[in-house]
Amino acid sequence: MGSTVKSLKGQQHELANSSFQLTVLQAPTQHGTQFPAFARRLQEHDLFPLKPTGTTILQVNMGKMCNQTCKHCHVDAGPDRKEIMTRDTMQLCLDALQHSPDITTVDLTGGAPEMNPDFRWFVEELSRLGRQVIVRCNLTIILANKKYHDLPAFFRQHGVHVVSSLPYFQASRTDAQRGDGVFEKSIKALQLLNAEGYGLEGSHLQLDLVYNPSGAFLPSAQASLEAEFKRRLRSGYNISFHNLFCITNLPISRFLDYLVQSGNYDAYMEKLVNAFNPVAAAGVMCRNTVSVGWDGSLYDCDFNQMLELEVALGSPRHIRDFDAAALDARSIVLNQHCYGCTAGAGSSCGGETVK
Amino acid sequence: MEKTYYNPADLSKFGNISELQPEMGRKFFDYYGEVFKEGALTAREKALIALAVSHAVQCPYCIDAYSTDCLEKGADENQMMEAVHVAAAIKGGAALVHGVQMMNKIKELTM
Repeated sequence: MGSTVKSLKGQQHELANSSFQLTVLQAPTQHGTQFPAFARRLQEHDLFPLKPTGTTILQVNMGKMCNQTCKHCHVDAGPDRKEIMTRDTMQLCLDALQHSPDITTVDLTGGAPEMNPDFRWFVEELSRLGRQVIVRCNLTIILANKKYHDLPAFFRQHGVHVVSSLPYFQASRTDAQRGDGVFEKSIKALQLLNAEGYGLEGSHLQLDLVYNPSGAFLPSAQASLEAEFKRRLRSGYNISFHNLFCITNLPISRFLDYLVQSGNYDAYMEKLVNAFNPVAAAGVMCRNTVSVGWDGSLYDCDFNQMLELEVALGSPRHIRDFDAAALDARSIVLNQHCYGCTAGAGSSCGGETVK
Repeated sequence: MEKTYYNPADLSKFGNISELQPEMGRKFFDYYGEVFKEGALTAREKALIALAVSHAVQCPYCIDAYSTDCLEKGADENQMMEAVHVAAAIKGGAALVHGVQMMNKIKELTM
């Protein structure tokens, strides 16, 4: 299931280097077109410097280890990645949350966050603090090993909101992006989650799916795609879910590699730049989210984290120094990849940002 | 003189046709935008129809544009190819149905 595929880091690929990725993003196209700096586009719409609107979500990246090696992964996660959050760092997150009552949601991501040996402990502690926990579950992890088979029951026990990637309602496009056999296993995992009460109409056990395009094109309108996903998954596999979040692939890490290798990079960037939407820009997720790296470093979002663009100098930069008020005064760090979140109806970990 | 009749980069310049006749250009694009809005047909169904018509009129710009649009709107490869077959069936049928006219003429001219 893609486990033999190495991460860019494992291949010692030049795009594993975040500075090199930024160089590619800032370079002119093959035809010499220089895209306007993202910050300049915000300036034109009185959105620069981009400021937080108040942090309500702490997104915690629990490590880069994953049982999959998806072709579009912005984390460059995979079985060969060993970076993982320690229980001490998780404790620092809990300490920070205790002093930050406005942060009502903790969004756990990775890699596969469930592969972190302290994952369950952390979820239990967060649940004890009364925070809404989101787990970004890749679905196949539930079937990857016997020790994960009870994850749906564990999620239910703690009222975890499950958000899972399923790029398409057919095997061909899903497997092309996420690895051979992923679709079949994802379907089985979704059926297990449904059996636990997740995703059913009227159920408080929230199950949302994430759609992101399997190639160099943008997602279309979320509502229409959600209706199609619901129809296909219901008729084909008797699967129910609540919402579909459409997420644009950002041109970084493995998706950037795919774009460059396939000769689609220039056209994709042009498409993102031309689709810039100031309304989407005003609603970007970095305005209400702080992202924590596996080592406790703080970022404006998970994408900045992977590009090693830490929160602005002068702000607390590690979870041990977390101060919500000081962080809410920061200016958000921007670069050309940000065009991915402001194209069309906008994109965030919760889908479209233009409602 | 262009090196080729079709240049992929020209697709993104489609809007420029308004330069020489702004009023008609504006009316065309307003109409175009209205046609492709979600209505009695979904936007995805309209994209599939547009893809089929693109093949029937053999417009390379339209084929590029509506292949992408169909993917973006969540159409699958089978639906897209079936749409092309619909175009092919109508194009082929249109040629063949004229065979009746040919047969009529044969009847008229022969003993």
